[in-house]
Amino acid sequence: MSSDGGGWRDLDRRRIAIVARCDLRQLLEDKGFWLPMVFLGGIFFVLIPTVLLLTITRIGNVDAVSQISDTLKVLPQAAQDQIRGGTDEGRTAYALAVFLLAPVAIVVPLTISTAIGASTIVGERERGTGEFLAHSPAHEREIYLGKLLASLLPGYGTTLVGFGIYSIIVNVFVGPEVGGWFFPTRQWWVLMLWVVPPFLALTLSIVLRLSARVKSTAAAQQAAGLVTLPMIGIAYSQSTGALFGADWSGFALGAVAWVVAAIGLTRGMRAVSRARLLGVADGV
Amino acid sequence: MPPPAAEAAPAAPVVDLVGVCRRFGQVDALAGLDLQVPANRITVLLGPNGAGKTTAIRMITGALDPNEGTVRTFGLDPSRRGEEVRRRCGVVSAKPALYDRLDGHANLSYAAELYGLGRGDHIDERIHAAAARFGIEHALDQRVGGYSTGMKTRLALARSILHEPDLLLFDEPTSGLDPESSHAVLEMIREMADDGRTVVMCTHLLLEAEGLADRVVVMENGRHLVAGTPDDLTRRFWPGTVLLVESVIEGALAGAGTIPGVTTVEPDTDPRRLRLHLDGDARIPEVIEALVQSGVRLRRAEPIEPSLEDLYFAVRTKSSIAEDGGRRLMPTEAPMTDRHQQVAALTGWPGATETDHNQPQDDHA
Repeated sequence: MSSDGGGWRDLDRRRIAIVARCDLRQLLEDKGFWLPMVFLGGIFFVLIPTVLLLTITRIGNVDAVSQISDTLKVLPQAAQDQIRGGTDEGRTAYALAVFLLAPVAIVVPLTISTAIGASTIVGERERGTGEFLAHSPAHEREIYLGKLLASLLPGYGTTLVGFGIYSIIVNVFVGPEVGGWFFPTRQWWVLMLWVVPPFLALTLSIVLRLSARVKSTAAAQQAAGLVTLPMIGIAYSQSTGALFGADWSGFALGAVAWVVAAIGLTRGMRAVSRARLLGVADGV
Repeated sequence: MPPPAAEAAPAAPVVDLVGVCRRFGQVDALAGLDLQVPANRITVLLGPNGAGKTTAIRMITGALDPNEGTVRTFGLDPSRRGEEVRRRCGVVSAKPALYDRLDGHANLSYAAELYGLGRGDHIDERIHAAAARFGIEHALDQRVGGYSTGMKTRLALARSILHEPDLLLFDEPTSGLDPESSHAVLEMIREMADDGRTVVMCTHLLLEAEGLADRVVVMENGRHLVAGTPDDLTRRFWPGTVLLVESVIEGALAGAGTIPGVTTVEPDTDPRRLRLHLDGDARIPEVIEALVQSGVRLRRAEPIEPSLEDLYFAVRTKSSIAEDGGRRLMPTEAPMTDRHQQVAALTGWPGATETDHNQPQDDHA
């Protein structure tokens, strides 16, 4: 591994942006990538919530609502205390909107970002463009961070847009049942803006390390599946209400995640070497 | 005012590799490579696949670090000052290394930004000028994925000069091109050297190096076998003046060996032909005149000028002999063609025992 360059201070942020912009531009040029992404977001953020919430709040199938309402009793008491609404329909719709449907907002960026991140470095190698980067003046760390940004932004961006649309849908359909616009709740603001970004960055730092080390994109995507488990764990916890029984837990989890993500990113930067871009590093 | 001796001193080589070794696992890609690249010249690295040519290019830019030995490019250590070195290098790899999903302009624009040229109208002008130089300007707005191999190579060449590098490194730039495109690309490389740039080109295609190389470095198994200008190599590895003569009538050349100046008579597979080894170029007209005066009806009289391919096989043959004390009867790779057998015969193979076989074969002048 070439050893020129020092630490963080020597990094050229402009070049990080150039690498990220090139990758993002390639993604935008690839309909095969962004059409499924839009489709995925459309299903989880628009179609399913609209159908379910509309069914519950407008059509009001009493038996189904009663059954779902009964299942809410298995939620932790802290979560049950948060459920608002004066009627079974209202409480059921609120619980669906906040605890059962919204956690998909954690899974979607994970799915998109890991799919991009897994192929980003090994893809350069497979296409032969790693040779161009290896001979370029860009530092390995700049390449790494550029690719991290290019993986993170589409996933997180899609999620923020989708989550915004989802919030509008939820407030339009469920808001009247619970006394006005209520979503995102305070816990969801914390989760989306404080907890998800570092978890995503940490996951991607590992995915990019894998992408630098494996022999093929397929192998990178297989391995990346394993490191998404912590994020899926958060989604599950949120869906059961277990994670955010108290306000401090979200802040604490986020703070820990930021620290671990910083460590992960620092270590991850060492994984990208010119030898790996060229595909001649030992073990690649 | 500098002293006169300083003015007369030869320019330092742009690239200076000394005893460079690089291993990949158990494989020695480079095993003590010495390489000097003079400024403003075209240096061609010749060698079979696996000789270490591509690894040598990667060492020069600092894309790879050596396990042993020293690398200096522009007098700098690329391991420590890689960014400075790479800013001054333009590389075209064997695969053009372009982004297929982007159009030609975006590919060049990306390179311009990475090499610190920035963006804007003045960069667009430079991009169009570089593309126009290689005849690819018309396709700048097309996706590179739809380009032919020749178009990709032209775009890669345009990209390599965009930042006006001092050193151009071309790794088999004509790989996959048709003969016309290859010829055009080689012409462009010559033009770039004429502009005052230093060029290093790797190839295993000897014909394309013919006439292009100012200096040749023959490599094998991660080492250089010999280095020098084509004229140097001819002097060192070619057996002197050889005249191919062919008569109309078979057997008419039987007395050729008695003509003054003819040192050796070598039969050819065609009984009407002989190869006459002479003791100098000046003997050629005298020998032809003597043959005609003796009544031989000559159909052909042609001094054999060694091609780069001839020299290459001569060098490799001698190297093989040197390695095993002359016992080896065939080079290790590639079946010998009739032409190669002729070259081997001309240069003393097999079983040659020239005294210089075990001497160092490099001349880093």
